[in-house]
Amino acid sequence: MYNFRLLSVSHLLTWSRCCRCVQEQKVSRDVLSRPSFVLAVLLLFNFGLLIVDHVHFQYNGFLFGFLLLSLAKHLQSQHLQGALLFSILLNLKHIYLYVAPAYGIFLLRSYCFTEDNKDGSVRWTSFSLRRLIGLGTIVASVCAVSFGPFVMMGQLPQVLSRLFPFKRGLCHAYWAPNVWALYNVLDKSLATLGVGLKLLDETQLPRASMTGGLVQEVQHSVLPSVSPSVTLVCTLLSILPAVASIWWRPRGARGFLRCLLLCALGSFLFGWHVHEKAVLIAILPLSILAVESREDAGIFLVLTTTGHYSLFPLLFTPAELPIKVLLMLIFTIYSFTALRKLHSGRGSVLRPLEVVYLLGLVAVAIACEVLFPLLPWQQKLPFLPLLVTSVYCSLGVCYSFLRLYVSLLRREKSKQL
Amino acid sequence: MPTWSLVSICVLLGVAARWGVSLNPYSGAGKPPMFGDYEAQRHWQEVTHNLPVQEWYFNTTDNDLNYWGLDYPPLTAYHSWICAYIAKMINPEWVELHKSRGYESPAHKLFMRATVLVADLLIYIPAVVLYCFYLTDGSSRKKVSTLFCFLLYPGLILIDYGHFQYNGVSQGFALWGVLALGLGWDAFGSMAFSLALNYKQMELYHALPFFCYLLGKCVKLGLMGRGLLLLVRIAVTVLVSFALCWLPFLSDPGQALQVARRIFPVARGLFEDKVANTWCSLNTLIKIRSILSTDSQLYLSFACTLLAALPSSIRLLTRPTFWQFKLALANSSLAFFLFSYQVHEKSILLAALPVCLLLNDLPLVAIWFLQASTFSMLPLFLKDGLLLPYVVTSLAFLFYSIYLLSALERCSEDELRLGAYHRLFFMLPKMDLACVVRWKFYICVAAMVGLSVASVAVTPPPHLPDLFPVLVSTLAFLHFLGTFVYFHVVQFSGPPTRKSQKKMS
Repeated sequence: MYNFRLLSVSHLLTWSRCCRCVQEQKVSRDVLSRPSFVLAVLLLFNFGLLIVDHVHFQYNGFLFGFLLLSLAKHLQSQHLQGALLFSILLNLKHIYLYVAPAYGIFLLRSYCFTEDNKDGSVRWTSFSLRRLIGLGTIVASVCAVSFGPFVMMGQLPQVLSRLFPFKRGLCHAYWAPNVWALYNVLDKSLATLGVGLKLLDETQLPRASMTGGLVQEVQHSVLPSVSPSVTLVCTLLSILPAVASIWWRPRGARGFLRCLLLCALGSFLFGWHVHEKAVLIAILPLSILAVESREDAGIFLVLTTTGHYSLFPLLFTPAELPIKVLLMLIFTIYSFTALRKLHSGRGSVLRPLEVVYLLGLVAVAIACEVLFPLLPWQQKLPFLPLLVTSVYCSLGVCYSFLRLYVSLLRREKSKQL
Repeated sequence: MPTWSLVSICVLLGVAARWGVSLNPYSGAGKPPMFGDYEAQRHWQEVTHNLPVQEWYFNTTDNDLNYWGLDYPPLTAYHSWICAYIAKMINPEWVELHKSRGYESPAHKLFMRATVLVADLLIYIPAVVLYCFYLTDGSSRKKVSTLFCFLLYPGLILIDYGHFQYNGVSQGFALWGVLALGLGWDAFGSMAFSLALNYKQMELYHALPFFCYLLGKCVKLGLMGRGLLLLVRIAVTVLVSFALCWLPFLSDPGQALQVARRIFPVARGLFEDKVANTWCSLNTLIKIRSILSTDSQLYLSFACTLLAALPSSIRLLTRPTFWQFKLALANSSLAFFLFSYQVHEKSILLAALPVCLLLNDLPLVAIWFLQASTFSMLPLFLKDGLLLPYVVTSLAFLFYSIYLLSALERCSEDELRLGAYHRLFFMLPKMDLACVVRWKFYICVAAMVGLSVASVAVTPPPHLPDLFPVLVSTLAFLHFLGTFVYFHVVQFSGPPTRKSQKKMS
């Protein structure tokens, strides 16, 4: 049975910690418009987490507890504890490798180098070997505890091949809303166009329905096929500027948080065989930034709404339809009104184009969930709604990725001036 | 945050809770040959869809009244007929005559649950929202809190969405009636209440206060002038709405009589199962059913009900204010529940509705009563396999209502409207009433929790197989009796004082 009110203990723990870190800008008597309360609700009642953990069934709440606790430790400048928590987290679920570059660079730059030059660039002489060894010991010992038994038994290659399944294809059965979803669609439409214009021979095209529900490697028909190494390079390229920025111009824990988000989103957008659930790694930490600045609140609203909507296909039985719609509505209404109230008096949170895009999401939802099952295409193209959903959502996710980058770079510029 | 978003979040949470409960099993799931209330509703759809109106209430070759024969007034039958029409469009097997008996499938369950939700969304929930917005005092925050607790009342959710019934419809109509009377639209209110009566005859529990309030209002306006006009208007409205509902059955007096006979099944005995009312609780001491004949049982219960319901109604007749009306509704429905003939444990929902109306005025007692009413249906929930939703919704309700309505802080003598009580018992040693009440509340909740755990976990001794149901119903009965007395004290101690009104606004 689905028990929505049972949230894990780690959740509650995290909640109390994170609230403490949010700077109380003004202590208002109204509890509903206090930033810490808003953040608590955004984190605790996060729609994605609710449906992935409590309906779809996974243990993400527990893991995100670790991630948020570790972030909180860094925000409080207790870097060693933060590193310990993160390395435990990495050994619990390796998907958090997505954000590991941010962690690595941040700790190296801001923890191991104790002093900066006047202009903010790194002072090489201030390198503290003691701190590096401390960090290294923590990480290595956690890994040793977790992998040790398997190394002893000589099963390490098998474990690693289970962890990094490169055999499973570029996209998951249901395409996560990332760049490769757009790439696939472009390929499909080019192929159809080519066949239509008699430029291509249909018999020569590889037969594969990429949303066919099977996890397998696919061949693109027109565009070049993508190999794991290409995705790896793309991912690294996409996160490089963010990582470089915290190396050259460290801006404390908040800059680190922004970089972490970019890493998570970059890996989500360009990674190999990404699950749609991975978008939560970006959404949850972004909540912390969203209650602090208006611009981030706008990005948060776009990203959460699209990211959460892209989780809809996870729950596909008719009995679950009302649940997901209701929970999504509750969370969306709450986050919109609460953030708008929080940032009231400084212009609107969303830009007109974003509003149009989000309204379009409603149209997509109605078309996919209500109209499509009634139409005759149901038999012929059963995966069309999934395709439309992931393509439409990937636009929003890409957009928020770009906006996050813009905000990072703009901050850099304003700092320099 | 703007009020509209809070309201919509509350409503959506209420709906989500309802749908969450509806994923659980229903009454009589997979239990042939009789199944349960779910099959009854489905069977009525089958009967109303396939047979002509004249045969609905009669025992014929196609309509076996011993197998869940229709025993609610015509409006229920029409509702089933509409649902059956939709069911037929989706899957004709669901309402096929004879062949569909005991039909169960996940898709059908989904359909049935959806019909309950749609009815609730159309009738009950709008009425609750409007009531909380127009007829409760206090800030908008207070109103939203009341709305949330009202919508989250576990008893109704568990019976409608777990056990499977359409109480939301009749209660919704009754609530529309209350709402209209509170806003001064007397004719509309009487029409809404007539519809409620025509949906479920149990709404008679509320009939006396409606009647007395409207009559009292007419008398106050002057029976020779505007009052008479109002009286005529109300009477015509009621008669017309009744006539419209009974139209197909009016052509033949035999038809109407048969419907009435089906609706009031006198032959079924003073009580069934374990109900938390007077007769069943007395039964542990005196076996009334073996002492008295069926007829004298009927007269006895009728006399007791009337005696219990009259004081509050007469008080209302002389002072037709909305405050008195709400209290009289609670008192009268409790009187009916405690003393009338052939009461079901589910009938406590009818008393729970007026108590929900008092959530904002007397928070602690209202929450206490509502929790006890949910608890009184525990044996039923256990039979239907609704333990988990019972626990979750009850805990949520208790937590949110106590926190949001600040119930435990609002129990001073003045807030509990017990000034008169104190004057009456002036010889008692002076005690801190708030503290006493709070501790009583804790103890009672602890007792309910203890009994709930015991009835789930402990096997009763072999010579007392019904030990826990009897204990549950007795404990619930004590609560109901206490609330009954308390509401009478409040009703007879005069209108809410100025001071407390000012404090609230």
